[in-house]
Amino acid sequence: MRYRAASDRSLLVSFGPETPDEISSKNRLLVENLTRKLVEAKPCGILNVHPAYASVLVVFDPLTLDHQGVQHLCESTGDAPATEPRTVVIPVHYGGERGPDLADVARHARMTSEEVVRLHCGADYVVHFLGFSPGFPYLGGMPESIATPRLSSPRVRVPAGSVAIGGGQTGVYPSDAPGGWRIIGWTPMKLFDPEADPPALLTMGSHVRFEAA
Amino acid sequence: MARPPGRIHVLQPGFQSTVQDLGRPGYGHLGISASGAADPLSLRIGNLLVGNPETAAAIEMTLTGGSFEFTGDVVVALAGSDFGVPLWESFEVKAGNVLACGPARTGARCYLCVRGGIDVPPVLGSRSTHLMAGLGGEALKAGAILPIGIPGAACPPPHFGPRLLHSTAPGRAIRVTAGPQSERFLPGFYQSAFLVSRHANRMGLRLEGPCVEHRERCGLLTEGAALGAIQVPPDGQPIILFVEHQTTGGYPKIANVIAADLHLLGQLRPRDEVRFELVTMERARTLLLRQEYYVCLSKNGTRKAHFS
Repeated sequence: MRYRAASDRSLLVSFGPETPDEISSKNRLLVENLTRKLVEAKPCGILNVHPAYASVLVVFDPLTLDHQGVQHLCESTGDAPATEPRTVVIPVHYGGERGPDLADVARHARMTSEEVVRLHCGADYVVHFLGFSPGFPYLGGMPESIATPRLSSPRVRVPAGSVAIGGGQTGVYPSDAPGGWRIIGWTPMKLFDPEADPPALLTMGSHVRFEAA
Repeated sequence: MARPPGRIHVLQPGFQSTVQDLGRPGYGHLGISASGAADPLSLRIGNLLVGNPETAAAIEMTLTGGSFEFTGDVVVALAGSDFGVPLWESFEVKAGNVLACGPARTGARCYLCVRGGIDVPPVLGSRSTHLMAGLGGEALKAGAILPIGIPGAACPPPHFGPRLLHSTAPGRAIRVTAGPQSERFLPGFYQSAFLVSRHANRMGLRLEGPCVEHRERCGLLTEGAALGAIQVPPDGQPIILFVEHQTTGGYPKIANVIAADLHLLGQLRPRDEVRFELVTMERARTLLLRQEYYVCLSKNGTRKAHFS
């Protein structure tokens, strides 16, 4: 584990290198464990926990805690209780106006759009974490052959429901948000509902499959 | 039991007005950033001026203020930038009267604090509107009616010295600590001046200026992003993550605005010039403690405080 001050009110806990090809299930379990431990224990002074693929950003109140104190909290032993993972099937309309970057992804992957769709639908995905925007699932398990670099300048608005690829990652935008990922399709499924409890449909460890609608 | 002091009728909302308190921490793991006032220091001072807890909700106005009618006698205070109404003092508005705010003369945001606070129902523990997440309502529209809460016991009005109020003024270098990927960038960032682009909102402030050069073109595995993080996409134009920021991101972060200066971001407007000054973690902490010291001193009454 590596600890770095990301700001004067946050500590970045890394379980592995920060290169994009290091998406592993071992790190996913470490991230999930630390996240759930902190979220469930709610230690005084911890404001927010932002999990990612191989790291957890812990945001704290600098008038209550310091980086050293947060590190001690993270190192304190104990595992979060186990949970039963679920499987969610997400229907996707690929390409067209609501999937404007499908052709670019296909060109980059040197294959047809149909092949990209087949590969994207054919994989089993697992939710590594929710991040970026409310309820946005970061999924592991996308075939490497359809990985496509992010846009060099992010779009100001990506519509809710957009299914996108960013590097070797794929995900669904639950609400309108700016974003630099390549949009390959759209789903009518609601991934985030502030009125629901919990507000996010997916959670860390959920299994996901995409289905061409 | 005191009677609720009435309601606020929004006659004109201004450019963008929302209900804000000090935010909604605790849901970062669902991808929900804390949101809250863009200039929390001004909100806290405004609340103290009307005898509220610092955490009470108020109306955050942006660039152009709104017009508000009150159905009961209320004590209000405006805090933040000058929107053409008396600033940094509490005063009474009688039932049926209209408080009309104009465009911002300087800065970008002003808080209309009402004794009793804005009493909209809390969502996930906060009254803060998170526009991007669609939490806690939306930007106020003409015709909206906002309930005012029952005020607590009256307390002596605080006295805010010019030193604290001056610290809310925009126009100076924004202090930052080194970001988690600061070593990935070529020197030059701290010598450069940037302009706030028109794509500046509660989610983030895009900057325009000399290209911030990446030392090497290597990707970054998506990781947690903090409020005030300055991330640099491949085009070299920095983006400061703001109160409705993304909780994770994949662009390297060169620096992070210190806690004591986060409120200054809320007063930046498009075309403002921005420079950054690098400080150590220790210095950042000292500056925050000093700021809190002045807030506490004001809150507890300077007349009672003895200091050299």
